[in-house]
Amino acid sequence: MPSYLIQRIGGAVIVVIGVVSIVFLLIHLIPGDPVDVMLGEGATPADRVALRSSLGLDQPVAVQFAVYLEGLLQLELGTSFHSQRPVTDLLRERLPATAWLAIVSLLIAVALALPLGMLAAVRRDTRWDTGSMAFSMLGVSIPNFWLGPLLILVFSLWLGWFPVSGRDAAGAVVLPALTLGTGLAAILSRMVRSSLLEVLGEDYIRTARAKGLPPHRILLQHGLRNALLPVITLLGLQLGALLAGAVVTETVFSWPGIGLLTIEAIQTRDYPVVQACVLLISLTYVLVNLLTDLAYAWIDPRIRLGTTA
Amino acid sequence: MTRGWLPAGILLGWALIALGVQFLSLSPNQIHLEQILAPPGHGALLGFDDLGRHIGDRLLFGARTSFLVAAWVVCLSALLGTLIGTFSAWRGGWWDRLLVQLIDIFLAFPGILLAIALAGLLGPGIDNVVIALTVVGWVGYARLSRAQVLSLKHREHVMAAEALGSRKHVIMLRHLLPLMAAPLIIEATFGVAAVVIAEAGLSFLGLGVQPPAASWGAMIRDGTRYLLVAPHMVLAPGLAIFVVVLSVNLLGDRLRDRLDTRSLAGRRATS
Repeated sequence: MPSYLIQRIGGAVIVVIGVVSIVFLLIHLIPGDPVDVMLGEGATPADRVALRSSLGLDQPVAVQFAVYLEGLLQLELGTSFHSQRPVTDLLRERLPATAWLAIVSLLIAVALALPLGMLAAVRRDTRWDTGSMAFSMLGVSIPNFWLGPLLILVFSLWLGWFPVSGRDAAGAVVLPALTLGTGLAAILSRMVRSSLLEVLGEDYIRTARAKGLPPHRILLQHGLRNALLPVITLLGLQLGALLAGAVVTETVFSWPGIGLLTIEAIQTRDYPVVQACVLLISLTYVLVNLLTDLAYAWIDPRIRLGTTA
Repeated sequence: MTRGWLPAGILLGWALIALGVQFLSLSPNQIHLEQILAPPGHGALLGFDDLGRHIGDRLLFGARTSFLVAAWVVCLSALLGTLIGTFSAWRGGWWDRLLVQLIDIFLAFPGILLAIALAGLLGPGIDNVVIALTVVGWVGYARLSRAQVLSLKHREHVMAAEALGSRKHVIMLRHLLPLMAAPLIIEATFGVAAVVIAEAGLSFLGLGVQPPAASWGAMIRDGTRYLLVAPHMVLAPGLAIFVVVLSVNLLGDRLRDRLDTRSLAGRRATS
């Protein structure tokens, strides 16, 4: 276990360094001069020089990178061009909304995927199976930015059950979470089905049947528990899609989270905020995957003892 | 089986519309002030948008945008990714470790987040959309082709070709590529679905093609402001994306069954 732990964490550290470097380099990819873009065409040369030196853009790139890293280590992400406030404060304000949305979406996805996948596996090759997998196919194919407006149209405008946007009203989280959770539910239910089908063909399931255990106990205790391992890994990997999808979904519903902040910052050319948002979302993803892998290794000894190479 | 014909037919229609639409006498940018937000029926099958333009005509031009972006991005990413992945596996050693690390770093950016940031910083426009999505897209092909070459390069026919003194590019093209083609084609098929959604998503966020050029994503974006009075503005383009993506996914599934490779869905989890 320790060697696996060190290897996996070491790998994650290298990835984090790489992600930080790419995010830092993003601002240098912008065509033209960011200072010109920020000040507009009417700026005097003196203003430009002043802004450039206040942003540190007159320094060599290596020095800028060092300054950026030093700031990161102190959780100092610079100041927003647009609101003139520390970027860390902005992130802190927006983070709870995104976390809440992600958690509810995840719960919705799991609550949909488990029964659907189980139903499809247990009633294999029946109408139930076809129906569940058809739902899954539809769920994968429908884009967030269409499902969101459709849900608004039906449940907010026609039925008036939920608010159109924002997060202040009661039940405001339902529609965005449903939008975000559907795609994930579709992918997960396929995985639950295939994983459960594999497990249900194992010898120990036959043994459990032979010794006369009730079917629901076989399914839940012997089947599902063993089938969930690959599902959990997939969940970790798909959390990334969830976080990236949050950018779109938050825009649809004006949900005041990190995703909406990213888009607002892109529109106002607020580069430090864009960098910080991308960094925060990506690092969360790396961390979640690391934790998933470690949890997996902890649960399943084959991973940490066997062929880790 | 006849089930595969419908999705294939839809995709063929999409391609034909995309390539032929500029030869039709359509007027996607012509403004009919008296028809603003008019619902379907009044001289236009799909109604008019908030500026009084034909939604049907714009839908067809949107098909062109989406097809061209998908074709470019999938071709460029597949080419770039396959080259990098093959090189990495074939060279091995130090280069391989470096490139695998690079792939892992790119995979650490969830979904299209990096594309959103890139497209946002590069500025709007169809070229930048293609660049942004290719930067994100090559990784999957690189990973896949690397794994393929790793398992293929010790096959006997490859070693025989090497022993005979065949040149590297000959081995690559004649002995490796034909065996790698099936999984790469499947990856590219699902890639088309991903790119169609991604392009529309970027356009929805205002980072894609610029007005007055038509894109399905941008049409949905315009439509969300008039949901209550003119739901047809959102319904038509959304349905178009949905039908195309669904067709690609159905076809991809069938292709995967037909070509009988291991499930690609669990690929990232297992490798």
